[in-house]
Amino acid sequence: MATAPPKARTAAPAAPAPRKEGALRRFWPQYVAITPFFLLFAVFLLGPILFSLYLSFQKWDGLGDMEFVGLRNYAYLVEDGKFWLALRNTVLIWIFSTVPTLFLALVVANLLHSAVRFSSFYRIAYFVPSVTSIVAIAIFFGSVFSTQAGLANAILGALGAAPVPWLVDEWTIKFVIATVICWQWVGYNALIYLAGLQAIPAELYEAARIDGAGPVQTFFRITIPQLRPIILFTVVISTITGMQTFTEPQVIFSSNVANAANSGGPGNAGLTAVLYFYNQAFTNSDYGYGAAIAWAVFLVILVFTVINWRLVSRRDRAGAR
Amino acid sequence: MRPGRGGRVGLHVTLLVGVAISLFPFYWTAVMATNTTQDIFRVPPKLVPGPELFENIGRLLSSIDFFGSMLNTVIVATSVTALVLFFDSIAAFAFAKFEFPGRNTLFALLMLAFMLPSQLALIPQFVIMVELGWVGTLNALIVPAAANAFGIFWMRQYIAGAVPDDLLAAARIDGCGFFRQYASIVLPVIRPGLAFLGITTFISTWNDYTWPLIVLVDPNNLTLQVALSQLKTAHDTDYSMIMAGTLLAVLPLALVFTLFARGFVRDAMAGALRG
Repeated sequence: MATAPPKARTAAPAAPAPRKEGALRRFWPQYVAITPFFLLFAVFLLGPILFSLYLSFQKWDGLGDMEFVGLRNYAYLVEDGKFWLALRNTVLIWIFSTVPTLFLALVVANLLHSAVRFSSFYRIAYFVPSVTSIVAIAIFFGSVFSTQAGLANAILGALGAAPVPWLVDEWTIKFVIATVICWQWVGYNALIYLAGLQAIPAELYEAARIDGAGPVQTFFRITIPQLRPIILFTVVISTITGMQTFTEPQVIFSSNVANAANSGGPGNAGLTAVLYFYNQAFTNSDYGYGAAIAWAVFLVILVFTVINWRLVSRRDRAGAR
Repeated sequence: MRPGRGGRVGLHVTLLVGVAISLFPFYWTAVMATNTTQDIFRVPPKLVPGPELFENIGRLLSSIDFFGSMLNTVIVATSVTALVLFFDSIAAFAFAKFEFPGRNTLFALLMLAFMLPSQLALIPQFVIMVELGWVGTLNALIVPAAANAFGIFWMRQYIAGAVPDDLLAAARIDGCGFFRQYASIVLPVIRPGLAFLGITTFISTWNDYTWPLIVLVDPNNLTLQVALSQLKTAHDTDYSMIMAGTLLAVLPLALVFTLFARGFVRDAMAGALRG
């Protein structure tokens, strides 16, 4: 390396410049280059996060004086039925969306892996949903599942079935939100899996074939174990993003009704944890309670991520045997 | 194992069904945007594009300042992309090729920025914007997004692999300082990496919703996503107009994406796997 530490050249013990100062003189351009990021990081992320911890012990509407309330926000949170409902909705929507998304992605990835022709066309077509605006997609699916005359009910009608109140019933609401998420992320995850599949050495499959393994055995004994780190990656990402689901229910169920502007639909069935946070913080201007909800959601995400991580990597060890 | 001929046909048929599902919403949005709301709601509904597009766009333009919102979105996405490309790549160069004191600690701090969930910061960010007088302005969207951890992390990997050390060493012997090395050696070499980071940043900024929704409080000064969602809230029943807006909002991005799609999809996956 051209950048040996200065102490290697300290032949003259008479005037050893303090190490920090020398480094600053020598590396000032590098420090200048990284300053913009760390400045923004300190001002707009780290500082705010610490401040939000402080806020969660206050009662504040953003205008008047703050009032220290100790743990009262958190105590209220534990008793707040709506918060628990929102958490339950979030977890259910996360399960309804993540499980089919990752399963279908695995299927699509294996199909793409066998398809030699038109591969770049397929890749682009399957990638497009993930770069499309969630607002546009949510509006689109909101209209397809509209109870009065959406496409879904029109198809059901053509088949002679009764219309389903998609955006009214507690379970179909979650189904619709999960469908939006699923549509957007199957292709993206499939392409990640595909990159993983292409990295599996062909000799492994060759050896399995010689040992007389069928396609199903090969899939479970070679493909899945080899993909496991990538599956772990997608599970973790899906957990983190899924627990923060916000835009889909916010757009689908936003309304002009003043006291239900962001309620998450009939019976709050589409009220997710982050949507509830948004409601308390920015619709009700209850900053202290909003901050407490944000921290609670963060802890839940952390716990879920750790659980999923351990689940998938434990199976990893079992699979290695 | 290569599938046989019948298997190959079945394979492509299955994949094409998936493609149809992926692309159907775009088609159906176009159908709704070019028909009247009555046509869409008829039983059975109209399944092909109609002649009403300009009629619907006309109603759209009289309901919201669509092109104003689009101009705002273009300004924000372009500024953020330009700033991110510059600040991220030059910081990434420092991290990739120089062992300055504190480098590893600072890089670990940068990785922390990755993991901190953004909604923890939202309320104080809004308070800061109030203090700065930036609520309702595009500054609130551009300045905090001018550099990001993902871009620096990704570019660092890219520069470490793409920029040869002996080239930098030769430049150093010729007396080139850090900034000269960045401008004359690094920048020309990392163009493909910049293209990928640029497209990712542009697309995600264009589609950004939560923060603009919170901070853009002036209904006459919105970005497309916020304008679209408010249009939907205010005119819930005029589907053909809402869909005309959705179509126009999605088109520019679809264009950018298809222009760069080939290399982009490959790079995106490589980036995802490395991350």
